[in-house]
Amino acid sequence: MILAELLDLDPAYWTTTVIKILVMALVVPTTALILGIVFLFKMMSWMQSRVGPQEAGPKGLLQLLADGVKFMQKEDIVPDRADRFVFKMAPMVVLVSTFLLFVILPAAPDAVVADLPTGVYFALAISSVSVIGVLMAGWASANKYALMGGVRAAGQLIAYELPMVLAVVGVVIQAGTLNMNGIVAAQNSFHLFGWEVLNVPFIVTQLPMFFVFMAATQAELTQPPFDMPVAESELVSGYTVEYSGFRFLLFFLAEFATAFAFAGIAATLFLGGYALPFVDIEQYADLYWFLGPAVLFGKIMLISFLIFWVRFTYPRFREDQLQRIAWKFLIPISLVWLAVTAIAKVVW
Amino acid sequence: MTAPTESQQLAYIAQQAADSRVNLEFETDEGMTLNIGPQHPATHGTLRIVAKLDGEQVISCEPSPGYMHRGYEKLAEVRTYTQVNTLVNRIDWLGSFANEVPFILAAEKLMEIEAPPRAQHIRAILFELSRIANIALFLGDLGAQLGGVTAVFYAFRDREFVLNQIESVTGGRFHPNFDRIGGLKDDLPKGWIAETKAAMEKLRDFCDELETLLIGNEIFQLRTRGVGVIPPEVALSYGLSGANLRGSGVDWDLRRDACPPGLPYDKIDWKVWTHPDCDSFSRSWVRLQEVRESTFIVDQLLDSIPAGPVMAKVPRIIKVPEGEAYVETENPLGAMGYYVVSKGDLVPFRVKIRSASFSNVSIVPWVCRGVYVPDVITILASLYFILGDIDR
Repeated sequence: MILAELLDLDPAYWTTTVIKILVMALVVPTTALILGIVFLFKMMSWMQSRVGPQEAGPKGLLQLLADGVKFMQKEDIVPDRADRFVFKMAPMVVLVSTFLLFVILPAAPDAVVADLPTGVYFALAISSVSVIGVLMAGWASANKYALMGGVRAAGQLIAYELPMVLAVVGVVIQAGTLNMNGIVAAQNSFHLFGWEVLNVPFIVTQLPMFFVFMAATQAELTQPPFDMPVAESELVSGYTVEYSGFRFLLFFLAEFATAFAFAGIAATLFLGGYALPFVDIEQYADLYWFLGPAVLFGKIMLISFLIFWVRFTYPRFREDQLQRIAWKFLIPISLVWLAVTAIAKVVW
Repeated sequence: MTAPTESQQLAYIAQQAADSRVNLEFETDEGMTLNIGPQHPATHGTLRIVAKLDGEQVISCEPSPGYMHRGYEKLAEVRTYTQVNTLVNRIDWLGSFANEVPFILAAEKLMEIEAPPRAQHIRAILFELSRIANIALFLGDLGAQLGGVTAVFYAFRDREFVLNQIESVTGGRFHPNFDRIGGLKDDLPKGWIAETKAAMEKLRDFCDELETLLIGNEIFQLRTRGVGVIPPEVALSYGLSGANLRGSGVDWDLRRDACPPGLPYDKIDWKVWTHPDCDSFSRSWVRLQEVRESTFIVDQLLDSIPAGPVMAKVPRIIKVPEGEAYVETENPLGAMGYYVVSKGDLVPFRVKIRSASFSNVSIVPWVCRGVYVPDVITILASLYFILGDIDR
């Protein structure tokens, strides 16, 4: 019945929903695997002049899969004095926020789970939900290191929401829409100074905003140099210190899938998403069914490379220095560029 | 005799606990007590630091060493002088040859013999190589403590060149056990001098690399500058030594100022690095310069190595005449000394080890007041201790 309706190309609501859920359940862990293997295992070891995993699969590419299986076999330990229910729920909350981030990410004009009119707004709102999960994990672990990690994470993620929102607002003003597909279309038809030859993505006009967005992303993902909440050499592992086995795997999955999702949002906002310059979306709508996902994936890998490059190179800030950077540096930059964007929008 | 009552037993246990300072965490009245260690990545070993916190700020903290006490001073009393050599190798395990030198020099001083010039030269070369092997790892570890994991892999990679050279001459990578009373176990292998010079070249490249990757990094400087300031007079009063003292601006180096006979440091041209800032950054910077300076020292020593035997005439069975001697040298971690008391036996009557890390860590309560928790890690990393060197 499902097949018949699919061939009809007018499937019932529940059919599309089931398909979307299945695709999401497949895509989200896969993205985490890809980032983990390509960057965490392979690129990191090349950067640090070592060989990295070798044994599992061809060139060690299945190492993360083997690790995942190992994590699932491990005992699920809950500390004695932990708040059991909250402790067990916390990784789920974090993972749910990750899943919902993927919902608004378009891979082609119609290949999107939910084409919300306020897509970017939804993404920013839903990414804050992970803070609740992290705070739950930190508090429920009944561990001082975990508590400090959780509180640090809350302070950091809230502080970096603002520069991130401001960076996005610059793009939204220029595109004139909050819809992700609309932003892609706006970049596809955007010509700098109205010249036909300068069909460029928004990164050219919003370069400072791109910088602010990437810095805020790094903080949002709690990656070095903003990894104080996990800080393995001081807080041991912060809020994940008491988690083992499958629940730790969920945190790991959420971290890398969120990195992928944020790279996807950055690619959509600043690099033109699934569209290529000079290849019109409406004219080549059928072509984009195949071209779109590939282009988006390439752009995401490019941005993920930036994220992980910084992660492997820089030492970590201190908590107060992090707040200072957010309030004295990133927010003023984004406010100034916001004003410039608004004026330019009115003038042209 | 009546059996002790329960309250007496409890009082006894409480007294014992208070004596051993194990339950420091229960003595707090306000704030949160955070146990850093004994198993914590920042304490590279089993040092325990009990910190009382107000939010993220440290009100007071106290190091609680002793989790790795191996009793070398006592063990040395039932070992012959050559056997003690094997023991003291394990004190500072990153630069183990350097531990042998002061002990052997103290024994030589008591026996009134001196190693031949060639042996003295090779001794000094190995002494410097173990310093490089030790501090190179510190520089990498500093990065790991501050969150930059890449530096530590570079350190392990380039330290290997030094360890290979130590291995090819002594046969042991970590615990050479090569120094003997009156000289050395063996001469250098063929081609070793050229190989070592090439290794020194690589180590200088490593220093340049770390200077740009880590020491010159803005975030590293933000984290370390002005953190853990130890003024010179405080440093002297706590008995700091080595790079920690030179990082406080005190121009003091035992290799230059009070070099015991048997090490040819007066025959070469080298420089003692100091830094006037007295903070964590200056201590790290001084250590980096020291590694580079050590490579130049090794180069000079290799050039001027004299011919001759590597062993003086010593009796087959070593009996050290009655007397007392104290010899102190500038080890990788700071001043390390052995006070050897002999009663004319095969074994020393008493050996007191003055290790650098024990004094260096004693300043932690003073310097860690009012800092943030991440700064505790920075300070511990920049003070640089080896657990074996604290607990012995």
